[in-house]
Amino acid sequence: MNILVIGLNHKTAALDVREKVAFDGDRLDEAMNMLKNSGVVRENIILSTCNRVEIYAAVNDIGPGVESIKNFLSSFHNVPPEFLDKSLYVYTGADAVRHLYRVASSLDSMVVGEPQILGQLKDAFEAALSNRSTGVLLNKLMRKAVSTAKRIRTETKIAESAVSISFAAVELAKKIFDDLSAKSFMLIGAGEMAELAARHLITNGVKKVFVTNRTPARAEELAAEFHGRAVPFEDFIRELLHTDIIICSTGAPHYILKKEQLQRIMKERRQKPVFIIDISVPRNIDPRINDLDNVYLYDIDNLQGIIETNLNERAKEAEKAEKIVEEEIDSFLKWKESLSAAPTIVALRNRAEEIRKAELEKVLRKLGPMEEDRIKSIEYLTVSIVNKIIHPPTAALKADDEDKEQMLDIVQKLFNLKIESNNNDKR
Amino acid sequence: MLQIEINVLLFELALTFYFIAAITGIAELFRGKKASSGATRYLAITGFLFHTANIIVRYIEGGHIPVTDMHEAASFFSWCVLVLFFYHEFRYKMGMLSSFVMPIIFVLMISSAFFSREITTLDPVLDSHWFEIHVILAFMGDAAFAMAFGIGAMYLLQERYVKSRRLGDLFRKLPSLQSLDEINFRLIVLGFSLLSLAIITGIIWAHSAWGSYWRWDPKEVWSLVTWLIYALVLHLRVTVGWRGKKAAVLSIIGFAIVIFAFFGIGLLQKGRHVFL
Repeated sequence: MNILVIGLNHKTAALDVREKVAFDGDRLDEAMNMLKNSGVVRENIILSTCNRVEIYAAVNDIGPGVESIKNFLSSFHNVPPEFLDKSLYVYTGADAVRHLYRVASSLDSMVVGEPQILGQLKDAFEAALSNRSTGVLLNKLMRKAVSTAKRIRTETKIAESAVSISFAAVELAKKIFDDLSAKSFMLIGAGEMAELAARHLITNGVKKVFVTNRTPARAEELAAEFHGRAVPFEDFIRELLHTDIIICSTGAPHYILKKEQLQRIMKERRQKPVFIIDISVPRNIDPRINDLDNVYLYDIDNLQGIIETNLNERAKEAEKAEKIVEEEIDSFLKWKESLSAAPTIVALRNRAEEIRKAELEKVLRKLGPMEEDRIKSIEYLTVSIVNKIIHPPTAALKADDEDKEQMLDIVQKLFNLKIESNNNDKR
Repeated sequence: MLQIEINVLLFELALTFYFIAAITGIAELFRGKKASSGATRYLAITGFLFHTANIIVRYIEGGHIPVTDMHEAASFFSWCVLVLFFYHEFRYKMGMLSSFVMPIIFVLMISSAFFSREITTLDPVLDSHWFEIHVILAFMGDAAFAMAFGIGAMYLLQERYVKSRRLGDLFRKLPSLQSLDEINFRLIVLGFSLLSLAIITGIIWAHSAWGSYWRWDPKEVWSLVTWLIYALVLHLRVTVGWRGKKAAVLSIIGFAIVIFAFFGIGLLQKGRHVFL
């Protein structure tokens, strides 16, 4: 049986293509059943996220398998096949395994090292398991993909440093304040990035939240959303007396906080440190403020710079991760090879023969000296018993049956057979 | 005779382990992103065990706390710093602390190694419980200032990373500014309290031994200077909020004076703190 993957992701397909072929969670079972009933696809898993749609499958023959899955995609989503052809990629064999491992360990993600994809992959696998659309091959493959991803996470620093504005802001806040739960935070203005950073600070423990905005209604709205207090825009500088972290993002064309103003506040708050993130363009906070003691000001470029450095570091770590992927591919392919009939039959015969010889020797020793004829006939007896017992399973393994992989796996387990190349599997 | 050799051997062993610990500690600063291996800590613990044994042997031999010559004083000083270091290392589990403290320990110990290691007897006039209380308070106080110095240096380094917006690997491994600042403050409070008590017990002891409270001997003067400096540090912090960078700089200056009072006076002049 062959493993293949057909799919598209953020690199090969624009959003308008991806959204057309994304699988709705409610229709996932229906989709997997359709594939199952195609007669060509023996096992399948559908992974559908906002950045990728991929079908992992085990098929007897690659050609018909690919065709059938492509047809399924266009008919299920009601799009012409040509529409997908430009975006779809197909990997088979070792390449398919590599692709899956790279996806699982987020080497193939838009942001390398992001943690969500592994969870999404696990969910997809769970769904396939409960739908019974997978078998021995994909089950093993998925488990190996998850363990590979975990190995990469622990052995490399691929997911260590912050690579988004809001993560970088929280990382810095923690290095300035240690425990964020005792700190207060003010959001000045609004905007997607600022709100995201605000939310991230709150999930990291900040409890006291102030919100201010030129439009009072907007301030009230955001205050309600963050369980904070709205502060009139004219008064926000006074409120800085009780604020430790500030995120500023307004459309003002000038500085709304000058060095002298904050200097006075700092004196009044007895120099308790203040961390200011100014993500507005043009800048809203006087850059000279960073010269004040115990004040740490970061603007959008400063944060962007940090992220860039961190991304470069991740890229370096990703190289290590790729090496781990290659190792794990080898180990999986060895396992898969062991699932072919010939070595299993040989191993089964050897095992039976071993037992036969050992038992025969024991009996002959017990019986003592004997005529050659008698020994011959006892030996003949053992040989024929073994052959009779072994014949049906051997025949079944040799037949080109539907569930051959499963049967091989079971036989190996039942007779505790060690196939030569099945030794790298740690599980 | 044999005991002298044992205490010298123990001292050399302690010094060797502290030396290696200082090297590994400094190496940790440049180890990139890798987390601390803990090697420095275990080397320090091993050295500390030998060191403690050395002090016990000298205590038994001399019959008093071994602080009556420069060799003993510097060695006992490092021992007190290590006690505080282990407390902070295990209580707060701060990253990189050993990289800053172990070099200080090594410098103190190597200076101790330059002085004569003969065990001296204590003038019977001085031999009272006040002696033990006074020296333990004084040495632990100085040790707290030494720790505040190390923490202050960590603060300045970390603050430079945050302020300059260049966040290296070390930035990730160093503790947060707030916890460094708080621990620095707590150490100065501790050191200041111990120093105050040491001065008070010293006055009482002086009176019972010599009949006079205070004689402006250089050691006494410099203790007073140290006391005033740290009183100022605490005062500025509480009233005008001299925290963070300023507090860190002050704790470094303060410790420079402590070190001068500790070694400088002892080498330059002879007062009634004859041994130091």
